[in-house]
Amino acid sequence: MKITEKEVGYVAELANLSLTDEEVHRFQADLDEILGHVERLKGVDTAGVEPMAQVLYAAADTVTWRADRERPPLGTDLALANAPQPGDGYFKVPKVIER
Amino acid sequence: MDIQSLTIAQIREGLLARRFSAVELARETLHSAEARNASTNAYLRFSPERACDAAARVDAQIARGEEPGPLAGVPVAVKDVILTKGLHTTCASKLLADYVPPYDATAITRIEGAGGVIIGKTNCDEFAMGSSNENSAFGPVRNPLAPDRVPGGSSGGSAAAVAEGTAVLALGSDTGGSIRQPASFCGVVGVTPTYGRVSRYGLTAFASSLDHIGPLARTVRDAAVLLHTIAGRDPMDATSAEAPVPDYTQSLNGNVKGLKLGLPREYLKDLTSETGDLIAAGVETLRRLGCEVREISLPATDYAIACYYIIATAEASSNLARYDGVRYTFRSENSGTLSAMYRNTRGEGFGAECKRRIMLGTYVLSAGYYDAYYLKAQKVRALIYQDFARAFAEVDAIVAPVSPFPAFKLGEKIDDPLAMYLSDIYTITGSLAGIPCMSVPCGKTADGLPVGMQILARHFDESTMFRLAGAFERARAN
Repeated sequence: MKITEKEVGYVAELANLSLTDEEVHRFQADLDEILGHVERLKGVDTAGVEPMAQVLYAAADTVTWRADRERPPLGTDLALANAPQPGDGYFKVPKVIER
Repeated sequence: MDIQSLTIAQIREGLLARRFSAVELARETLHSAEARNASTNAYLRFSPERACDAAARVDAQIARGEEPGPLAGVPVAVKDVILTKGLHTTCASKLLADYVPPYDATAITRIEGAGGVIIGKTNCDEFAMGSSNENSAFGPVRNPLAPDRVPGGSSGGSAAAVAEGTAVLALGSDTGGSIRQPASFCGVVGVTPTYGRVSRYGLTAFASSLDHIGPLARTVRDAAVLLHTIAGRDPMDATSAEAPVPDYTQSLNGNVKGLKLGLPREYLKDLTSETGDLIAAGVETLRRLGCEVREISLPATDYAIACYYIIATAEASSNLARYDGVRYTFRSENSGTLSAMYRNTRGEGFGAECKRRIMLGTYVLSAGYYDAYYLKAQKVRALIYQDFARAFAEVDAIVAPVSPFPAFKLGEKIDDPLAMYLSDIYTITGSLAGIPCMSVPCGKTADGLPVGMQILARHFDESTMFRLAGAFERARAN
């Protein structure tokens, strides 16, 4: 077994994901099967191979920065328009620290 | 007018000859799309006001004798992971059911700037994660050619809309095959451009090193026109390339005689017999056109699925971390504490496939596993890239199947995630290498199910890809 239900619970905590017991059970089986398939990478000889973080790694000429000029921002109203709980120009969240 | 088979050129001709107006075309298209939607569920939302405004601008330009743009009056459907200002963009997720973007994606701005008419947002797999469009929070899409079958995914709604004729063009997004595979399943043309060719500004991020925006269309020419419209450097996307954008339509009528094509032997062993026969016949057509076809080997192919599902899920686990109940519309009612808000918003908001991928991605990035999984996958990705670099030293393009099989039945694979992942094998390699690839219709099975042939080319050499696709389409039409 590649992954236990306990580890699934731990990973769910890292991912800030509440899972039902049924989901934990299901994902243990799914992840176990997928990780079993992924095992095959262990057999690949990658000695001396540079990791490829993204496609343009071999084409640095195409990577360019935009000019560092100011441009109008979205503005607070638009930026907050999709907030579940906006208020006073901020995103509000449940209280974190009791006074 | 027969709106179901219209091309960009026919629309232009009809508008300039005053046989119909852009507003009339937009209204009729919307009417037919709304009527069809009960059967295919290809659209999540229509945008009649926006469409009629855009169409009216085109009509006014024509009335004033001005050039109305290369997409004048052309109805375009947009995958619902691409932001449209003021028009709901849900990513087919419960989490974003009420999300209204504050800005337009660059691709949208360019389409409307060229006279295109956005008629609605298309259904897809949630956050573009899936190969069947069954992972939508708003119900699956049905394949317009076979209603008991999937349209493919994740851009299933876009492919279905073009196939059923309720849009002339559609935008899709492709991370591991999400444009090419549904194009293949629905019998339309689907293009994944070179990584960096099209700005992703306004594309909801799934796996940033793999995400592309690309066109779906009924003809190779129409796909080429749409790609030309949306391609090119955008200061808002640092990964968009400076490379000059040629007029791809100039390549379409080019001679393909003497072009060297590679047929990767690793892509031919797991096909259903009908798919294998259709691809073989497609290759034969290219041979008759004068292409030199030779067998090549891409030995790292066997590791592509494992490599992709580590890298893509790792990036997804990071990109999807932002949906935590603070900024994006949905917040769980069980949000007594900050931590409960995060966990419950995400637990209630994400569907099963998104959760599965967030879990896998979090696992492979977690302490103690990073080197064995993520770093290893990045190295294997370099090997896949090098496979293609070696191949393109001897051939001008590669031809291959898109999928091992045609459209499967709804429900057939949804309970077996690994089987679903494995079906992406022939599209994932090109995505990992970042090369341009496309699906062109290559005949149908005895049951009438379309099969697409894939054409892959060198970085930024979409022109050769379109030249081949154009010649192939012409040869098949005769």
